[in-house]
Amino acid sequence: MGERNSFKGTSTYIASAELQEIVNVACDLQRPLLIRGEPGTGKTVLAKAVADALQLPLLTWHVKSSSKAQDGLYVYDTVQRLNDSRFGTGDVQDIAKYIKLGPLGKAFRSAERTIVLIDEIDKADLEFPNDLLHELDAMSFYIAETGETITAQKRPIIIITSNAEKELPDAFLRRCIFHYISFPEAEEMRRILKVHHPDIDAKFVSQCLVRFFWLRDQPEIRKKPSTSELVDWIGALVRGGIDQKQLEKDLPFLGVLLKKENDLQAYKNSLRKNTRF
Amino acid sequence: MFIDFMYHLRSYGLKVSSNEWLILLDALDRGHAAESLSKFYLLARAICCRTEQDYDAYDRSFAEFFEGVTYSESMKDQFEQWLKDAKPPRVLTDAEKQALEALSLDEVRQLFEERMKEQKERHDGGNRWIGTGGTSPFGHGGYNPAGIRVGGEGAQHSALQIASKRLFANFRRDIIIDTRQIGLALRKLKHWGREGHPNELDLDASIEATGKNAGDIQLVFRPERKNNLKLLLLMDVGGSMTYHTRVCEQLFSAAHQSVHFKEFKHYYFHNCPYDYMFADIEQEERTLTQDLLRSFDSSWMLICVGDAAMYPGELTEVGGAIDYFQRNAEPGLVWLQRLKKHFPCSVWLNPEPIEYWRRPSNQIIRSIFSEMFPMSVDGIESAIETLKRQKQKGL
Repeated sequence: MGERNSFKGTSTYIASAELQEIVNVACDLQRPLLIRGEPGTGKTVLAKAVADALQLPLLTWHVKSSSKAQDGLYVYDTVQRLNDSRFGTGDVQDIAKYIKLGPLGKAFRSAERTIVLIDEIDKADLEFPNDLLHELDAMSFYIAETGETITAQKRPIIIITSNAEKELPDAFLRRCIFHYISFPEAEEMRRILKVHHPDIDAKFVSQCLVRFFWLRDQPEIRKKPSTSELVDWIGALVRGGIDQKQLEKDLPFLGVLLKKENDLQAYKNSLRKNTRF
Repeated sequence: MFIDFMYHLRSYGLKVSSNEWLILLDALDRGHAAESLSKFYLLARAICCRTEQDYDAYDRSFAEFFEGVTYSESMKDQFEQWLKDAKPPRVLTDAEKQALEALSLDEVRQLFEERMKEQKERHDGGNRWIGTGGTSPFGHGGYNPAGIRVGGEGAQHSALQIASKRLFANFRRDIIIDTRQIGLALRKLKHWGREGHPNELDLDASIEATGKNAGDIQLVFRPERKNNLKLLLLMDVGGSMTYHTRVCEQLFSAAHQSVHFKEFKHYYFHNCPYDYMFADIEQEERTLTQDLLRSFDSSWMLICVGDAAMYPGELTEVGGAIDYFQRNAEPGLVWLQRLKKHFPCSVWLNPEPIEYWRRPSNQIIRSIFSEMFPMSVDGIESAIETLKRQKQKGL
């Protein structure tokens, strides 16, 4: 494992020592890295950070509920070809012209090592991960229309994120290196905030953190505010010119942290409880 | 050593196999653990855990497995590192301390090894010795630093535990095969159909249509081929069904884990379904059966699970429900007929052995649900065959 290949986070992305270790292991073992964690813990941004740190191109594949495994490899644009043949606008003999490679396809074809982000894989159909098993194992796929097999020249680094909406199939999980990004501790959070808001007074940040972690500890609140929400919230506080005194009294811009009606209600209730005692 | 570790993980319910083992060996070969236990901990966790729910079992297993580890060559660097970082152990006398300062690293290590041996024989102070040494190099992760105890007794004890654990693992695997078999049987239900919005280009039909259209392009779309299996599971709970909890749990977990359903819903009833059923097993959250019939159309497959053992009046009489509060306005029989009529694909699974099926209540239910099967793997397979046949007939 050369020095060049090791990931240590970037100036804008703070990665815990654990995460750095795991990213490096996955890169070296050339296995897909499956990242899970609470929303807002930086799963998706990780791929960008790895790409920046290792200076490799990043190909992103945002999975949607309608996504097919095939889409990531290639799409054969039949309609375009039919159209071209009808109006004589292109060379319809050359099928390859109508094969559009998807993110994985492009990564396999690339002469350079690339990073592929398969974002929110659990959004897709249950069969989706299974349909990719062979391609991820062999890092090659076959284009039936042209009879061509595309094999990765440099095995790409594949980073997959999941929000655990659906169980992923075992056969798929078996092939991945798994890491769960746990919620950052106060100290790590401070470092993360430092990156996003470098000019803010440390005392103010501490105050925000205290309120933030208190809010997260309230058992009634279902959708716990996450790191990205905290970053936004502090941004809003600064722009709104809120000072420390005001913050002691109440939580302004609460809507940035709590997004659910029930949670806002729960917050008000717990506030009442706290003032009574 | 790592093979044993894998078995140990398996005994804690982690589904590791030779595949993970080979990856781990490969990773170790490439120097990822760098002979550090904390790095090894992370590495093995990333390879062996599939979800964060596995982390806890992994931690427990790891702590137990490495608790009894005796000092061996492979751990040498670990202790060296420890010696570099740590303060001198408190149990050393001043004279020894002085001696230590004059020693080279190798000599220190030798002394350390001797001390370890000594400790092993004495059976005591194991924790203290490493625990109080100050900064432990194993501070990372969910296991106690004191876990790297060098204790003879500990080692024997955990070896025994491992042995007993592995016996237990064998026993467990049998159950897994059971649910797996049910799972495999359920898989046969998988039903492919084309339904919904036409968004896939039907190439053959398009060519055909274009040809008929004198070469002017005519595109034909069709819905995609999708698995449309929808399963509704109604389970009898409480009373005489308590004896069958285990087998019902197996069926339920197999159905629940199965990825072959487009949708899977379950409700509970006691003895016979009446005007309402329960969404939870504690029978607190009520759902009107009428609403069920409305929200689940006839494309759903219905599996009822129950022993069909009750007082016949519970089926035939108004207000006959075993639960006094149910006060059913219509006999249970009517509801059963409604269910059967609404779901053309429906079967009844009975956990009782077939010899007991002569009781009157059973016969009444079978007059409606003639497709009753015992809840064995074979029975479930025939039930599923029947469901498939019913489905094909309906299409």
